[in-house]
Amino acid sequence: MENNKVKVVLGVIGADCHAVGNKILNYAFTSAGFEVVNLGVLVPQEEFVNAAIETDAKAILVASLYGHGEIDCRGLRERCRESGLGDILLYVGGNLVVGKTDFTEVHNKFIEMGYDRVYEPGILPDQVVIDLKNDLGL
Amino acid sequence: MNHILLIDFGSTYTKITAVDVDNEIVLGTARGITTVETDIMNGLNQAIDALFLKTGKLAFSKVLGCSSAAGGLKMVAVGLVPELTAEAAKRAALGAGAKIMGVYGNELNEYEIQEIAQLQPEIILLAGGTNGGNKEVILHNARMLTTLGKDIPVIVAGNKSVAPQVVRTLLEAMTEVVHTENVMPKLNELNIEPARETIRSVFLRRIVEAKGLNKANQFVDDVVMPTPAAVLKAAELLSKGTEYESGLGDLIVVDIGGATTDVYSIAKGDPTKTNVALRGLPEPFAKRTVEGDLGMRYSATALFKAAGARRIADYAHVSAEDVEAYVEKVEANIEYLPQNEIEKKVEIAMGKACTSLAVERHVGQLETIFTCFGSAFVQKGKDLSDVKTVVGTGGVIVHHEQPKEILKGAAYSESTPEMLKPECPKYLIDEEYIMASMGLLGEVYPDVAVRMMKKYIVRG
Repeated sequence: MENNKVKVVLGVIGADCHAVGNKILNYAFTSAGFEVVNLGVLVPQEEFVNAAIETDAKAILVASLYGHGEIDCRGLRERCRESGLGDILLYVGGNLVVGKTDFTEVHNKFIEMGYDRVYEPGILPDQVVIDLKNDLGL
Repeated sequence: MNHILLIDFGSTYTKITAVDVDNEIVLGTARGITTVETDIMNGLNQAIDALFLKTGKLAFSKVLGCSSAAGGLKMVAVGLVPELTAEAAKRAALGAGAKIMGVYGNELNEYEIQEIAQLQPEIILLAGGTNGGNKEVILHNARMLTTLGKDIPVIVAGNKSVAPQVVRTLLEAMTEVVHTENVMPKLNELNIEPARETIRSVFLRRIVEAKGLNKANQFVDDVVMPTPAAVLKAAELLSKGTEYESGLGDLIVVDIGGATTDVYSIAKGDPTKTNVALRGLPEPFAKRTVEGDLGMRYSATALFKAAGARRIADYAHVSAEDVEAYVEKVEANIEYLPQNEIEKKVEIAMGKACTSLAVERHVGQLETIFTCFGSAFVQKGKDLSDVKTVVGTGGVIVHHEQPKEILKGAAYSESTPEMLKPECPKYLIDEEYIMASMGLLGEVYPDVAVRMMKKYIVRG
Protein backbone atom coordinates (compact mmCIF):
# COMPACT_ATOMS: atom_id res chain seq x y z
CA MET A 1 0.00 0.00 0.00
CA GLU A 2 1.36 3.39 -0.97
CA ASN A 3 0.84 5.47 2.09
CA ASN A 4 3.23 8.34 1.62
CA LYS A 5 1.37 9.80 -1.31
CA VAL A 6 -0.86 12.78 -0.77
CA LYS A 7 -4.48 11.71 -0.82
CA VAL A 8 -7.26 13.53 -2.67
CA VAL A 9 -10.96 12.73 -2.63
CA LEU A 10 -12.66 12.72 -6.04
CA GLY A 11 -16.30 12.33 -7.01
CA VAL A 12 -19.28 13.47 -9.05
CA ILE A 13 -21.69 15.23 -6.72
CA GLY A 14 -25.43 14.96 -6.27
CA ALA A 15 -27.80 13.12 -8.62
CA ASP A 16 -25.27 13.30 -11.45
CA CYS A 17 -24.15 10.01 -12.97
CA HIS A 18 -21.60 11.12 -15.61
CA ALA A 19 -18.89 8.51 -15.18
CA VAL A 20 -16.44 9.10 -18.02
CA GLY A 21 -14.86 12.37 -16.88
CA ASN A 22 -14.53 10.89 -13.41
CA LYS A 23 -12.40 8.05 -14.76
CA ILE A 24 -10.21 10.45 -16.76
CA LEU A 25 -9.62 12.62 -13.70
CA ASN A 26 -8.86 9.55 -11.60
CA TYR A 27 -6.24 8.53 -14.16
CA ALA A 28 -4.76 12.01 -14.42
CA PHE A 29 -4.32 12.53 -10.67
CA THR A 30 -3.02 9.02 -10.08
CA SER A 31 -0.44 9.51 -12.86
CA ALA A 32 0.57 12.80 -11.28
CA GLY A 33 1.52 10.94 -8.08
CA PHE A 34 -1.54 11.43 -5.90
CA GLU A 35 -3.45 8.67 -4.18
CA VAL A 36 -6.97 9.16 -5.44
CA VAL A 37 -9.85 8.16 -3.18
CA ASN A 38 -12.44 7.95 -5.93
CA LEU A 39 -16.04 7.95 -4.77
CA GLY A 40 -17.44 7.63 -8.31
CA VAL A 41 -20.79 9.09 -9.31
CA LEU A 42 -23.98 10.06 -7.41
CA VAL A 43 -22.00 11.12 -4.35
CA PRO A 44 -23.77 13.00 -1.54
CA GLN A 45 -21.83 15.84 0.18
CA GLU A 46 -21.66 13.83 3.39
CA GLU A 47 -19.63 11.09 1.71
CA PHE A 48 -17.01 13.54 0.43
CA VAL A 49 -16.58 14.80 3.99
CA ASN A 50 -16.52 11.35 5.62
CA ALA A 51 -13.98 10.07 3.12
CA ALA A 52 -11.70 13.05 3.66
CA ILE A 53 -11.81 12.63 7.45
CA GLU A 54 -11.07 8.92 7.44
CA THR A 55 -8.26 9.06 4.83
CA ASP A 56 -6.73 12.35 5.97
CA ALA A 57 -7.06 13.74 2.42
CA LYS A 58 -5.59 17.14 1.60
CA ALA A 59 -8.12 18.17 -1.06
CA ILE A 60 -11.66 17.41 -2.21
CA LEU A 61 -12.20 17.54 -5.98
CA VAL A 62 -15.84 17.89 -6.92
CA ALA A 63 -17.24 17.42 -10.41
CA SER A 64 -20.72 18.33 -11.62
CA LEU A 65 -21.67 17.89 -15.25
CA TYR A 66 -25.43 18.09 -15.44
CA GLY A 67 -26.14 21.73 -14.72
CA HIS A 68 -27.42 21.48 -11.15
CA GLY A 69 -24.01 22.12 -9.63
CA GLU A 70 -25.04 25.20 -7.75
CA ILE A 71 -27.71 23.38 -5.75
CA ASP A 72 -25.55 20.31 -5.11
CA CYS A 73 -22.34 22.15 -4.21
CA ARG A 74 -23.78 24.76 -1.88
CA GLY A 75 -23.00 24.05 1.75
CA LEU A 76 -20.05 21.72 1.26
CA ARG A 77 -17.60 24.24 2.76
CA GLU A 78 -19.86 24.72 5.80
CA ARG A 79 -20.09 20.97 6.21
CA CYS A 80 -16.28 20.68 6.08
CA ARG A 81 -15.93 23.33 8.77
CA GLU A 82 -18.59 21.65 10.88
CA SER A 83 -16.78 18.30 10.63
CA GLY A 84 -13.35 19.59 11.59
CA LEU A 85 -11.91 19.63 8.06
CA GLY A 86 -11.84 23.42 8.20
CA ASP A 87 -10.11 24.96 5.24
CA ILE A 88 -9.26 21.80 3.32
CA LEU A 89 -8.80 22.60 -0.39
CA LEU A 90 -12.07 22.40 -2.35
CA TYR A 91 -11.95 22.36 -6.15
CA VAL A 92 -14.99 22.23 -8.40
CA GLY A 93 -15.38 21.89 -12.14
CA GLY A 94 -17.60 20.76 -15.00
CA ASN A 95 -20.80 22.15 -16.49
CA LEU A 96 -21.71 23.86 -13.27
CA VAL A 97 -24.77 25.73 -14.51
CA VAL A 98 -27.30 25.33 -17.31
CA GLY A 99 -27.04 27.47 -20.41
CA LYS A 100 -24.56 30.06 -21.53
CA THR A 101 -24.04 32.05 -18.34
CA ASP A 102 -20.95 34.23 -18.23
CA PHE A 103 -18.24 32.15 -16.54
CA THR A 104 -16.90 35.01 -14.41
CA GLU A 105 -20.28 35.15 -12.72
CA VAL A 106 -20.26 31.39 -12.12
CA HIS A 107 -16.66 31.56 -10.89
CA ASN A 108 -17.43 34.26 -8.37
CA LYS A 109 -20.53 32.50 -7.15
CA PHE A 110 -18.60 29.30 -6.37
CA ILE A 111 -15.69 31.19 -4.80
CA GLU A 112 -18.25 32.82 -2.52
CA MET A 113 -19.56 29.36 -1.67
CA GLY A 114 -16.11 28.55 -0.29
CA TYR A 115 -14.43 26.73 -3.18
CA ASP A 116 -10.74 27.46 -3.66
CA ARG A 117 -10.69 26.90 -7.41
CA VAL A 118 -13.45 26.79 -10.01
CA TYR A 119 -12.90 25.34 -13.48
CA GLU A 120 -14.85 26.06 -16.64
CA PRO A 121 -15.60 23.46 -19.30
CA GLY A 122 -12.65 22.70 -21.58
CA ILE A 123 -9.89 22.98 -18.96
CA LEU A 124 -7.48 20.05 -19.22
CA PRO A 125 -6.67 17.91 -16.15
CA ASP A 126 -2.99 18.95 -16.41
CA GLN A 127 -3.85 22.49 -15.41
CA VAL A 128 -5.71 21.28 -12.32
CA VAL A 129 -2.76 19.06 -11.36
CA ILE A 130 -0.38 22.03 -11.60
CA ASP A 131 -2.71 24.19 -9.49
CA LEU A 132 -3.11 21.48 -6.88
CA LYS A 133 0.64 20.97 -6.55
CA ASN A 134 1.08 24.73 -6.17
CA ASP A 135 -1.66 25.06 -3.60
CA LEU A 136 -0.25 22.17 -1.57
CA GLY A 137 3.31 23.46 -1.89
CA LEU A 138 4.52 20.27 -3.54
CA MET B 1 -16.95 -45.81 17.25
CA ASN B 2 -16.29 -42.13 16.85
CA HIS B 3 -18.74 -40.21 19.03
CA ILE B 4 -18.46 -36.47 19.54
CA LEU B 5 -20.33 -34.36 22.07
CA LEU B 6 -21.15 -30.77 21.14
CA ILE B 7 -22.23 -28.32 23.82
CA ASP B 8 -23.91 -24.93 23.56
CA PHE B 9 -23.77 -23.10 26.90
CA GLY B 10 -26.71 -20.77 26.27
CA SER B 11 -27.92 -17.87 28.39
CA THR B 12 -30.70 -20.02 29.86
CA TYR B 13 -30.14 -23.62 28.75
CA THR B 14 -27.10 -25.77 28.20
CA LYS B 15 -27.94 -27.72 25.06
CA ILE B 16 -25.98 -30.80 24.08
CA THR B 17 -25.88 -32.88 20.90
CA ALA B 18 -24.23 -36.29 20.64
CA VAL B 19 -23.08 -37.16 17.13
CA ASP B 20 -21.93 -40.44 15.61
CA VAL B 21 -19.38 -39.18 13.11
CA ASP B 22 -18.91 -42.51 11.29
CA ASN B 23 -22.60 -42.98 10.56
CA GLU B 24 -23.31 -39.24 10.36
CA ILE B 25 -26.28 -39.36 12.68
CA VAL B 26 -27.47 -37.42 15.71
CA LEU B 27 -27.50 -39.92 18.57
CA GLY B 28 -29.51 -37.63 20.78
CA THR B 29 -29.97 -34.12 22.12
CA ALA B 30 -30.75 -32.92 25.63
CA ARG B 31 -30.64 -29.80 27.73
CA GLY B 32 -30.04 -28.63 31.28
CA ILE B 33 -30.10 -25.25 32.98
CA THR B 34 -26.96 -23.13 32.47
CA THR B 35 -25.33 -22.82 35.89
CA VAL B 36 -22.57 -20.33 35.24
CA GLU B 37 -23.02 -18.56 38.62
CA THR B 38 -22.23 -21.68 40.65
CA ASP B 39 -20.50 -24.39 38.68
CA ILE B 40 -21.11 -24.72 34.96
CA MET B 41 -20.70 -28.51 35.33
CA ASN B 42 -23.95 -28.83 37.35
CA GLY B 43 -26.17 -27.92 34.43
CA LEU B 44 -24.00 -29.80 31.98
CA ASN B 45 -24.17 -32.98 34.07
CA GLN B 46 -27.93 -32.58 34.26
CA ALA B 47 -28.06 -32.44 30.46
CA ILE B 48 -25.73 -35.41 30.09
CA ASP B 49 -27.85 -37.50 32.48
CA ALA B 50 -30.91 -36.65 30.40
CA LEU B 51 -29.04 -37.58 27.22
CA PHE B 52 -27.86 -40.93 28.57
CA LEU B 53 -31.43 -41.79 29.61
CA LYS B 54 -32.29 -41.67 25.91
CA THR B 55 -29.16 -43.09 24.36
CA GLY B 56 -27.57 -45.25 27.03
CA LYS B 57 -24.09 -44.44 28.27
CA LEU B 58 -21.74 -43.12 25.60
CA ALA B 59 -18.04 -42.47 25.44
CA PHE B 60 -16.85 -39.43 23.51
CA SER B 61 -13.62 -39.07 21.58
CA LYS B 62 -13.99 -35.31 21.54
CA VAL B 63 -16.10 -32.70 23.36
CA LEU B 64 -16.43 -29.19 21.93
CA GLY B 65 -18.37 -26.24 23.25
CA CYS B 66 -19.59 -22.79 22.32
CA SER B 67 -21.03 -20.27 24.71
CA SER B 68 -23.37 -17.35 25.00
CA ALA B 69 -23.64 -17.81 28.77
CA ALA B 70 -23.36 -14.90 31.21
CA GLY B 71 -24.57 -12.34 28.70
CA GLY B 72 -22.52 -13.54 25.72
CA LEU B 73 -19.27 -11.96 24.60
CA LYS B 74 -19.77 -8.30 25.49
CA MET B 75 -17.90 -5.87 23.26
CA VAL B 76 -17.53 -2.18 22.56
CA ALA B 77 -16.42 -1.00 19.10
CA VAL B 78 -14.62 2.30 18.57
CA GLY B 79 -13.88 3.92 15.20
CA LEU B 80 -13.61 7.32 13.56
CA VAL B 81 -16.44 8.18 11.11
CA PRO B 82 -19.64 6.49 12.34
CA GLU B 83 -20.59 5.27 8.84
CA LEU B 84 -17.06 4.08 8.01
CA THR B 85 -14.48 2.67 10.46
CA ALA B 86 -16.89 2.61 13.43
CA GLU B 87 -19.38 0.64 11.32
CA ALA B 88 -16.61 -1.67 10.05
CA ALA B 89 -15.49 -2.36 13.64
CA LYS B 90 -19.09 -3.08 14.64
CA ARG B 91 -19.48 -5.56 11.79
CA ALA B 92 -16.24 -7.32 12.73
CA ALA B 93 -17.45 -7.73 16.31
CA LEU B 94 -20.88 -8.96 15.20
CA GLY B 95 -19.24 -11.44 12.85
CA ALA B 96 -17.16 -12.77 15.74
CA GLY B 97 -20.40 -13.49 17.59
CA ALA B 98 -20.20 -10.64 20.07
CA LYS B 99 -22.96 -8.81 21.83
CA ILE B 100 -22.39 -5.15 21.00
CA MET B 101 -22.77 -2.96 24.08
CA GLY B 102 -21.88 0.27 22.31
CA VAL B 103 -20.36 1.76 19.16
CA TYR B 104 -18.38 4.99 19.39
CA GLY B 105 -17.10 7.31 16.65
CA ASN B 106 -14.83 10.40 16.56
CA GLU B 107 -12.81 11.49 19.59
CA LEU B 108 -13.90 9.80 22.81
CA ASN B 109 -14.65 12.20 25.63
CA GLU B 110 -14.68 11.71 29.42
CA TYR B 111 -18.42 11.01 29.51
CA GLU B 112 -18.10 8.28 26.94
CA ILE B 113 -15.18 6.76 28.86
CA GLN B 114 -17.39 6.66 31.97
CA GLU B 115 -20.14 5.08 29.91
CA ILE B 116 -17.79 2.42 28.52
CA ALA B 117 -16.56 1.64 32.04
CA GLN B 118 -20.18 1.11 33.11
CA LEU B 119 -20.96 -1.10 30.13
CA GLN B 120 -18.23 -3.46 31.33
CA PRO B 121 -17.22 -4.83 27.94
CA GLU B 122 -15.01 -7.91 27.90
CA ILE B 123 -13.16 -6.84 24.77
CA ILE B 124 -12.76 -3.41 23.17
CA LEU B 125 -12.14 -3.23 19.43
CA LEU B 126 -10.31 -0.02 18.52
CA ALA B 127 -10.30 1.09 14.88
CA GLY B 128 -9.99 4.44 13.11
CA GLY B 129 -8.37 5.81 9.99
CA THR B 130 -7.59 4.05 6.74
CA ASN B 131 -3.94 2.98 6.33
CA GLY B 132 -2.00 6.20 5.96
CA GLY B 133 -5.15 8.13 6.79
CA ASN B 134 -6.18 9.88 9.98
CA LYS B 135 -3.75 9.22 12.84
CA GLU B 136 -4.75 11.71 15.52
CA VAL B 137 -8.13 10.28 16.49
CA ILE B 138 -7.07 6.69 17.11
CA LEU B 139 -4.09 7.95 19.16
CA HIS B 140 -6.40 10.21 21.15
CA ASN B 141 -8.83 7.35 21.71
CA ALA B 142 -6.04 5.03 22.85
CA ARG B 143 -4.96 7.63 25.40
CA MET B 144 -8.56 8.06 26.57
CA LEU B 145 -9.00 4.30 26.97
CA THR B 146 -6.01 4.19 29.33
CA THR B 147 -8.10 6.32 31.71
CA LEU B 148 -10.86 3.69 31.93
CA GLY B 149 -9.56 2.48 35.27
CA LYS B 150 -10.21 -1.08 34.16
CA ASP B 151 -7.96 -3.71 32.64
CA ILE B 152 -9.88 -4.80 29.53
CA PRO B 153 -8.34 -6.62 26.55
CA VAL B 154 -8.10 -4.23 23.58
CA ILE B 155 -7.78 -5.28 19.95
CA VAL B 156 -6.24 -2.61 17.72
CA ALA B 157 -7.44 -2.75 14.10
CA GLY B 158 -6.97 0.79 12.77
CA ASN B 159 -4.56 2.89 10.70
CA LYS B 160 -1.43 0.73 10.44
CA SER B 161 0.82 3.79 10.27
CA VAL B 162 0.30 4.43 13.98
CA ALA B 163 -0.54 0.90 15.21
CA PRO B 164 2.71 0.49 17.20
CA GLN B 165 2.19 3.83 18.96
CA VAL B 166 -1.42 2.96 19.71
CA VAL B 167 -0.40 -0.40 21.16
CA ARG B 168 2.37 1.16 23.29
CA THR B 169 -0.02 3.76 24.66
CA LEU B 170 -2.61 1.16 25.59
CA LEU B 171 -0.02 -1.10 27.23
CA GLU B 172 0.55 1.60 29.84
CA ALA B 173 -2.79 0.66 31.37
CA MET B 174 -3.85 -2.69 29.90
CA THR B 175 -2.18 -6.08 30.11
CA GLU B 176 -3.67 -7.57 26.95
CA VAL B 177 -3.35 -5.47 23.80
CA VAL B 178 -3.34 -7.26 20.46
CA HIS B 179 -2.97 -5.62 17.10
CA THR B 180 -4.29 -6.95 13.83
CA GLU B 181 -4.98 -5.72 10.31
CA ASN B 182 -7.03 -2.58 9.76
CA VAL B 183 -10.78 -3.24 9.46
CA MET B 184 -10.75 -0.64 6.67
CA PRO B 185 -7.33 -0.53 4.97
CA LYS B 186 -8.62 1.69 2.17
CA LEU B 187 -11.72 3.82 2.04
CA ASN B 188 -14.82 1.67 1.55
CA GLU B 189 -12.78 -1.53 1.65
CA LEU B 190 -13.93 -3.86 4.38
CA ASN B 191 -11.38 -6.26 5.90
CA ILE B 192 -12.99 -7.77 8.99
CA GLU B 193 -11.71 -11.34 8.85
CA PRO B 194 -8.39 -10.74 10.70
CA ALA B 195 -10.20 -8.79 13.45
CA ARG B 196 -12.79 -11.59 13.73
CA GLU B 197 -10.05 -14.19 14.17
CA THR B 198 -8.27 -12.07 16.76
CA ILE B 199 -11.47 -11.57 18.74
CA ARG B 200 -11.94 -15.32 18.75
CA SER B 201 -8.43 -16.02 20.01
CA VAL B 202 -8.76 -13.44 22.79
CA PHE B 203 -12.12 -15.00 23.67
CA LEU B 204 -10.41 -18.39 23.96
CA ARG B 205 -7.50 -17.16 26.04
CA ARG B 206 -9.17 -14.70 28.33
CA ILE B 207 -12.93 -14.76 28.34
CA VAL B 208 -13.52 -18.47 28.76
CA GLU B 209 -11.67 -18.33 32.06
CA ALA B 210 -13.28 -15.09 33.20
CA LYS B 211 -16.75 -16.53 32.69
CA GLY B 212 -16.06 -19.67 34.70
CA LEU B 213 -16.38 -21.81 31.60
CA ASN B 214 -12.93 -23.26 32.26
CA LYS B 215 -14.48 -25.30 35.08
CA ALA B 216 -15.82 -27.49 32.32
CA ASN B 217 -12.30 -27.98 30.96
CA GLN B 218 -11.72 -31.38 32.49
CA PHE B 219 -14.69 -32.60 30.52
CA VAL B 220 -14.76 -30.28 27.52
CA ASP B 221 -11.70 -30.21 25.26
CA ASP B 222 -12.30 -26.64 24.18
CA VAL B 223 -14.90 -23.92 24.36
CA VAL B 224 -13.93 -22.69 20.96
CA MET B 225 -16.20 -19.76 20.13
CA PRO B 226 -19.23 -17.69 21.07
CA THR B 227 -22.49 -19.38 20.00
CA PRO B 228 -23.42 -16.85 17.28
CA ALA B 229 -20.01 -17.43 15.69
CA ALA B 230 -20.76 -21.17 15.63
CA VAL B 231 -24.10 -20.53 13.92
CA LEU B 232 -22.43 -18.23 11.39
CA LYS B 233 -19.81 -20.92 10.74
CA ALA B 234 -22.57 -23.54 10.24
CA ALA B 235 -24.42 -21.21 7.87
CA GLU B 236 -21.25 -20.66 5.84
CA LEU B 237 -20.63 -24.41 5.63
CA LEU B 238 -24.21 -25.16 4.63
CA SER B 239 -24.08 -22.47 1.96
CA LYS B 240 -20.62 -23.00 0.47
CA GLY B 241 -20.18 -26.70 1.17
CA THR B 242 -16.69 -28.15 1.10
CA GLU B 243 -14.38 -29.52 -1.54
CA TYR B 244 -16.11 -32.90 -1.38
CA GLU B 245 -19.65 -31.97 -0.44
CA SER B 246 -21.72 -29.35 -2.25
CA GLY B 247 -23.56 -26.65 -0.34
CA LEU B 248 -26.98 -25.08 -0.84
CA GLY B 249 -25.74 -21.80 -2.27
CA ASP B 250 -26.79 -18.37 -1.00
CA LEU B 251 -28.92 -18.48 2.13
CA ILE B 252 -30.38 -16.56 5.06
CA VAL B 253 -30.66 -17.87 8.62
CA VAL B 254 -33.17 -16.41 11.08
CA ASP B 255 -32.90 -17.05 14.83
CA ILE B 256 -35.66 -15.56 16.96
CA GLY B 257 -35.27 -15.49 20.73
CA GLY B 258 -37.10 -14.02 23.68
CA ALA B 259 -35.02 -10.85 23.67
CA THR B 260 -33.35 -10.55 20.27
CA THR B 261 -33.59 -11.68 16.67
CA ASP B 262 -30.40 -12.61 14.81
CA VAL B 263 -30.20 -12.70 11.02
CA TYR B 264 -27.28 -14.24 9.12
CA SER B 265 -26.79 -14.08 5.38
CA ILE B 266 -24.25 -15.92 3.29
CA ALA B 267 -24.33 -14.20 -0.09
CA LYS B 268 -22.46 -11.58 -2.02
CA GLY B 269 -25.55 -9.48 -2.52
CA ASP B 270 -24.50 -7.79 -5.75
CA PRO B 271 -27.24 -5.92 -7.65
CA THR B 272 -29.59 -8.26 -9.52
CA LYS B 273 -31.33 -5.47 -11.39
CA THR B 274 -29.97 -3.29 -14.16
CA ASN B 275 -29.08 0.37 -13.94
CA VAL B 276 -28.17 0.13 -10.25
CA ALA B 277 -25.25 1.94 -8.61
CA LEU B 278 -23.88 0.48 -5.35
CA ARG B 279 -23.21 2.95 -2.56
CA GLY B 280 -21.97 2.76 1.01
CA LEU B 281 -19.67 0.38 2.79
CA PRO B 282 -19.23 -3.01 1.10
CA GLU B 283 -21.03 -5.81 2.89
CA PRO B 284 -19.35 -8.87 4.40
CA PHE B 285 -20.05 -12.10 2.46
CA ALA B 286 -21.00 -13.75 5.76
CA LYS B 287 -23.00 -11.10 7.55
CA ARG B 288 -24.69 -11.14 10.95
CA THR B 289 -27.05 -8.55 12.38
CA VAL B 290 -28.74 -8.53 15.78
CA GLU B 291 -31.94 -6.69 16.62
CA GLY B 292 -32.20 -5.96 20.33
CA ASP B 293 -35.76 -4.66 20.08
CA LEU B 294 -37.25 -7.65 18.26
CA GLY B 295 -38.06 -10.65 20.43
CA MET B 296 -40.97 -12.75 21.58
CA ARG B 297 -40.91 -12.17 25.35
CA TYR B 298 -38.45 -9.75 27.00
CA SER B 299 -38.69 -7.54 23.90
CA ALA B 300 -42.41 -8.09 23.23
CA THR B 301 -43.33 -4.46 23.98
CA ALA B 302 -40.42 -3.15 21.92
CA LEU B 303 -41.52 -5.40 19.05
CA PHE B 304 -45.07 -4.09 19.41
CA LYS B 305 -43.73 -0.53 19.06
CA ALA B 306 -41.39 -1.32 16.17
CA ALA B 307 -43.87 -3.35 14.11
CA GLY B 308 -47.05 -1.55 15.15
CA ALA B 309 -50.28 -3.19 16.27
CA ARG B 310 -51.68 -2.97 12.72
CA ARG B 311 -48.94 -5.04 11.13
CA ILE B 312 -49.17 -7.81 13.74
CA ALA B 313 -52.98 -7.73 13.67
CA ASP B 314 -52.98 -7.92 9.87
CA TYR B 315 -50.69 -10.95 9.90
CA ALA B 316 -52.88 -12.66 12.51
CA HIS B 317 -56.29 -11.57 11.13
CA VAL B 318 -57.32 -10.46 14.60
CA SER B 319 -58.06 -7.04 16.10
CA ALA B 320 -55.36 -4.66 17.31
CA GLU B 321 -56.84 -4.93 20.83
CA ASP B 322 -56.23 -8.68 20.85
CA VAL B 323 -52.61 -8.08 19.93
CA GLU B 324 -52.14 -5.47 22.62
CA ALA B 325 -53.69 -7.68 25.27
CA TYR B 326 -51.48 -10.63 24.35
CA VAL B 327 -48.29 -8.54 24.28
CA GLU B 328 -49.07 -7.27 27.78
CA LYS B 329 -49.61 -10.82 28.98
CA VAL B 330 -46.34 -12.26 27.67
CA GLU B 331 -44.30 -9.28 28.77
CA ALA B 332 -45.65 -9.68 32.32
CA ASN B 333 -45.11 -13.42 32.35
CA ILE B 334 -42.36 -14.57 30.02
CA GLU B 335 -43.23 -18.22 30.60
CA TYR B 336 -46.71 -17.67 29.17
CA LEU B 337 -47.72 -19.77 26.17
CA PRO B 338 -50.75 -19.21 23.94
CA GLN B 339 -53.96 -20.71 25.40
CA ASN B 340 -56.52 -20.29 22.62
CA GLU B 341 -56.82 -19.86 18.85
CA ILE B 342 -56.54 -16.06 18.88
CA GLU B 343 -53.45 -16.13 21.09
CA LYS B 344 -51.86 -18.78 18.87
CA LYS B 345 -52.47 -16.58 15.84
CA VAL B 346 -50.95 -13.55 17.59
CA GLU B 347 -47.93 -15.58 18.67
CA ILE B 348 -47.28 -16.61 15.05
CA ALA B 349 -47.83 -13.05 13.86
CA MET B 350 -45.33 -11.73 16.41
CA GLY B 351 -42.77 -14.23 15.14
CA LYS B 352 -43.50 -13.24 11.57
CA ALA B 353 -43.10 -9.56 12.49
CA CYS B 354 -39.73 -10.31 14.15
CA THR B 355 -38.59 -12.10 11.01
CA SER B 356 -39.93 -9.47 8.68
CA LEU B 357 -38.42 -6.45 10.46
CA ALA B 358 -35.10 -8.14 11.26
CA VAL B 359 -34.65 -9.22 7.63
CA GLU B 360 -35.67 -5.76 6.40
CA ARG B 361 -32.95 -4.21 8.54
CA HIS B 362 -30.46 -6.82 7.35
CA VAL B 363 -30.98 -6.58 3.60
CA GLY B 364 -30.12 -3.73 1.30
CA GLN B 365 -32.47 -1.08 0.01
CA LEU B 366 -33.07 0.36 -3.40
CA GLU B 367 -33.56 4.06 -3.73
CA THR B 368 -34.82 5.71 -6.89
CA ILE B 369 -33.01 8.86 -7.99
CA PHE B 370 -34.57 11.08 -10.59
CA THR B 371 -32.01 12.62 -12.88
CA CYS B 372 -32.36 14.71 -16.01
CA PHE B 373 -31.93 11.49 -17.98
CA GLY B 374 -34.69 9.52 -16.29
CA SER B 375 -34.58 7.49 -13.15
CA ALA B 376 -31.55 5.68 -11.78
CA PHE B 377 -31.29 3.37 -8.79
CA VAL B 378 -28.93 3.42 -5.85
CA GLN B 379 -28.48 0.24 -3.82
CA LYS B 380 -27.22 0.36 -0.24
CA GLY B 381 -26.49 -3.00 1.37
CA LYS B 382 -27.01 -6.51 0.06
CA ASP B 383 -29.47 -7.43 -2.66
CA LEU B 384 -30.80 -10.77 -1.38
CA SER B 385 -33.78 -10.99 -3.73
CA ASP B 386 -32.29 -14.01 -5.51
CA VAL B 387 -31.60 -15.98 -2.32
CA LYS B 388 -33.47 -19.26 -2.57
CA THR B 389 -33.11 -20.66 0.96
CA VAL B 390 -34.27 -19.30 4.33
CA VAL B 391 -33.36 -21.40 7.37
CA GLY B 392 -35.07 -21.07 10.74
CA THR B 393 -33.24 -21.94 13.96
CA GLY B 394 -33.38 -21.01 17.66
CA GLY B 395 -35.83 -21.99 20.38
CA VAL B 396 -38.85 -20.02 19.18
CA ILE B 397 -38.82 -21.42 15.64
CA VAL B 398 -37.58 -24.92 16.42
CA HIS B 399 -40.24 -25.60 19.05
CA HIS B 400 -43.09 -24.01 17.11
CA GLU B 401 -45.91 -25.95 15.45
CA GLN B 402 -45.95 -23.76 12.34
CA PRO B 403 -42.40 -22.49 11.91
CA LYS B 404 -42.89 -21.85 8.21
CA GLU B 405 -45.57 -19.25 8.89
CA ILE B 406 -43.06 -17.35 11.06
CA LEU B 407 -40.30 -17.58 8.45
CA LYS B 408 -42.55 -16.24 5.68
CA GLY B 409 -41.84 -12.78 7.09
CA ALA B 410 -38.44 -13.04 5.39
CA ALA B 411 -39.94 -12.93 1.92
CA TYR B 412 -40.23 -9.92 -0.39
CA SER B 413 -43.41 -7.94 0.02
CA GLU B 414 -45.10 -5.76 -2.58
CA SER B 415 -45.91 -3.21 0.09
CA THR B 416 -42.18 -2.58 0.62
CA PRO B 417 -40.67 -3.01 -2.86
CA GLU B 418 -37.50 -1.08 -1.94
CA MET B 419 -36.43 -3.82 0.50
CA LEU B 420 -34.27 -6.37 -1.31
CA LYS B 421 -35.67 -9.46 0.44
CA PRO B 422 -35.77 -12.96 -1.13
CA GLU B 423 -38.48 -13.12 -3.79
CA CYS B 424 -39.41 -16.79 -3.72
CA PRO B 425 -37.37 -18.72 -1.15
CA LYS B 426 -37.97 -22.20 0.21
CA TYR B 427 -38.05 -22.57 3.98
CA LEU B 428 -35.94 -25.02 5.94
CA ILE B 429 -36.24 -25.73 9.66
CA ASP B 430 -33.42 -26.74 11.98
CA GLU B 431 -35.77 -29.26 13.63
CA GLU B 432 -33.20 -30.94 15.84
CA TYR B 433 -31.74 -27.57 16.81
CA ILE B 434 -28.25 -28.57 15.76
CA MET B 435 -26.89 -25.57 13.84
CA ALA B 436 -24.55 -24.26 16.54
CA SER B 437 -23.35 -27.83 17.13
CA MET B 438 -22.70 -28.31 13.42
CA GLY B 439 -20.64 -25.11 13.39
CA LEU B 440 -18.50 -26.71 16.09
CA LEU B 441 -18.37 -30.09 14.35
CA GLY B 442 -17.33 -28.25 11.18
CA GLU B 443 -14.12 -27.27 12.94
CA VAL B 444 -13.01 -30.91 12.88
CA TYR B 445 -15.21 -32.69 10.31
CA PRO B 446 -16.47 -30.12 7.79
CA ASP B 447 -17.72 -32.68 5.25
CA VAL B 448 -19.68 -34.56 7.89
CA ALA B 449 -21.15 -31.31 9.20
CA VAL B 450 -22.37 -30.29 5.73
CA ARG B 451 -23.93 -33.69 5.02
CA MET B 452 -25.60 -33.84 8.43
CA MET B 453 -27.07 -30.37 8.04
CA LYS B 454 -28.42 -31.30 4.62
CA LYS B 455 -29.99 -34.37 6.23
CA TYR B 456 -31.38 -32.84 9.43
CA ILE B 457 -32.34 -29.33 8.36
CA VAL B 458 -35.48 -30.03 6.41
CA ARG B 459 -38.31 -28.32 4.58
CA GLY B 460 -40.86 -26.66 6.85
